[in-house]
Amino acid sequence: MSTAETQAPESTEAATRAEYCVVSCAEIFRGAGEIMASPMSPVALLGARLARLTFEPDLLITDGEALILADTPPIGKTGAIEGWMPFRKVFDVVASGRRHVVMGANQIDRHGNQNLSAFGPLQHPTRQMFGVRGAPGNTINHATSYWVGRHSSRVFGESVDIVSGVGYDKVDPDNPAFDDLNIHRVVTNLGVFDFGGPDHTMRALSLHPGVTAEEVAENTGFEVAGLADAPETRQPTAEELSLIRDVLDPKGIRNREVK
Amino acid sequence: MPTDKTSTLDDVIGELRDGMTIGIGGWGSRRKPMALVRALARSDVEDLTVVTYGGPDLGLLCAAGKVRRAYYGFVSLDSAPFYDPWFSKARTNGEIEVREMDEGMVKCGLEAAAARLPFLPIRAGLGSDVLKFWEGELKTVESPYPDPDGRTQTLIAMPALKLDAAFVHLDLADAHGNAAYTGVDPYFDDLYCAAAERRYLETDQLVSTEVLVKSVPHQRLLLNRMNVDRVVHTPNGAHFTFAGDYGRDERFQQFYVASAKDPEAWKAFSRRFLEVDEQTYQREVAAWQDDQKEDGQ
Repeated sequence: MSTAETQAPESTEAATRAEYCVVSCAEIFRGAGEIMASPMSPVALLGARLARLTFEPDLLITDGEALILADTPPIGKTGAIEGWMPFRKVFDVVASGRRHVVMGANQIDRHGNQNLSAFGPLQHPTRQMFGVRGAPGNTINHATSYWVGRHSSRVFGESVDIVSGVGYDKVDPDNPAFDDLNIHRVVTNLGVFDFGGPDHTMRALSLHPGVTAEEVAENTGFEVAGLADAPETRQPTAEELSLIRDVLDPKGIRNREVK
Repeated sequence: MPTDKTSTLDDVIGELRDGMTIGIGGWGSRRKPMALVRALARSDVEDLTVVTYGGPDLGLLCAAGKVRRAYYGFVSLDSAPFYDPWFSKARTNGEIEVREMDEGMVKCGLEAAAARLPFLPIRAGLGSDVLKFWEGELKTVESPYPDPDGRTQTLIAMPALKLDAAFVHLDLADAHGNAAYTGVDPYFDDLYCAAAERRYLETDQLVSTEVLVKSVPHQRLLLNRMNVDRVVHTPNGAHFTFAGDYGRDERFQQFYVASAKDPEAWKAFSRRFLEVDEQTYQREVAAWQDDQKEDGQ
């Protein structure tokens, strides 16, 4: 990897914000090993596939229906398969813990609670989205990360209307059923975050080039730990840029999610 | 010779009563028993509780004002614009009472019902607002077995989702209720049938038992006849969702969503596609598809 970095500095300099986001999503899976990666949107999907083509070759990825892909095809394409994963088996994998999901979020609070269900009161919402989907089961069973393409204080607010994905303030330490809660990363168009702040609150791990601490603070409805000291997000390597641009996403679908 | 269970949509609807709990197979906008759903929507049965991995099935029943309560993990059209317009309206108008839950909890509740158990334990739901959605009806249970470190697990006690009736769509079936799927995913259709008192199967192709078992690898024979009460032959019945032999009609699904935005447009949509019997529906859909092709040229 270090060889690639020194080989083509000019293409590294040209990395776009969307490409930093893809690489940050790939980094979500570093060290994950032989588990099922379940990204729910294009940038997260590109990240999972990039991780598999580089540092996490044992990741399992699916076609979004029910087939496990043997190859790592471009986004929107399928290829050779290596297995079968219908929805019923997905729930078995969720319960086993051998999965890392990257979900979207309509709201996330500083403790990592997430909402994708609806806005407003439970039985009479002002806006209906999907419902809680698999978020309660995902978060309590296995590693969960979030990808948010538009970081704003509307998404990152003081509290969420309906707790779909469980955050750290909900953990009952006396109940072992909560032991596997692991809100691993939040990747946004501005930076990379985890919940390593005081009392498991959101902390900045890195900001993408060109993003200031002030910009993140202005677009977040709560205080983010470590913001002043956050380093710049690591550069994509030349190999990664080439894989993103020429192999995984030649049509530039990543640019629809990140302006 | 086992019983011939071939029936009409009206035979099925005639067995349903106000206030029943109906489970609907498929997933989102995938292999939904839409012919049965359409028949129910135009019937005078009402005040229903619906259990579903929800899509336009729940949407159409909400549009028809049939739903009092819904049990679901999500409601999705699976492709843009994703959110079902009629489910959204029913929710934002406060017209239905919902028991929203994690997707895995739906499976767990059906499994409990299928096994005649009062509940099954599951982690999913703990710490989330699912418990608030259930307004006291969802309980937790403490494990009788302590963990090695001496602590004790408290889990969600997912209650059995007992169904009065199940609707499922399989790609091919015989007259006795043996049936197979030809797509990539069985979904939970066998589980819905196992959890229900009365089990109603609609199918694209009605064939002899001999042809059925020769048409597919044996592992695709998802339903056997002891879990089916009536079989209705409904070619293209899952439209506009997809089934084994045909894709989702994306343009029609978008037309459904667009029509819901305007009262006049919805009146026209209803008159043409919902206030008619299944044969007329299929004929009108074919005509609509032809119109789209001409418009595209």
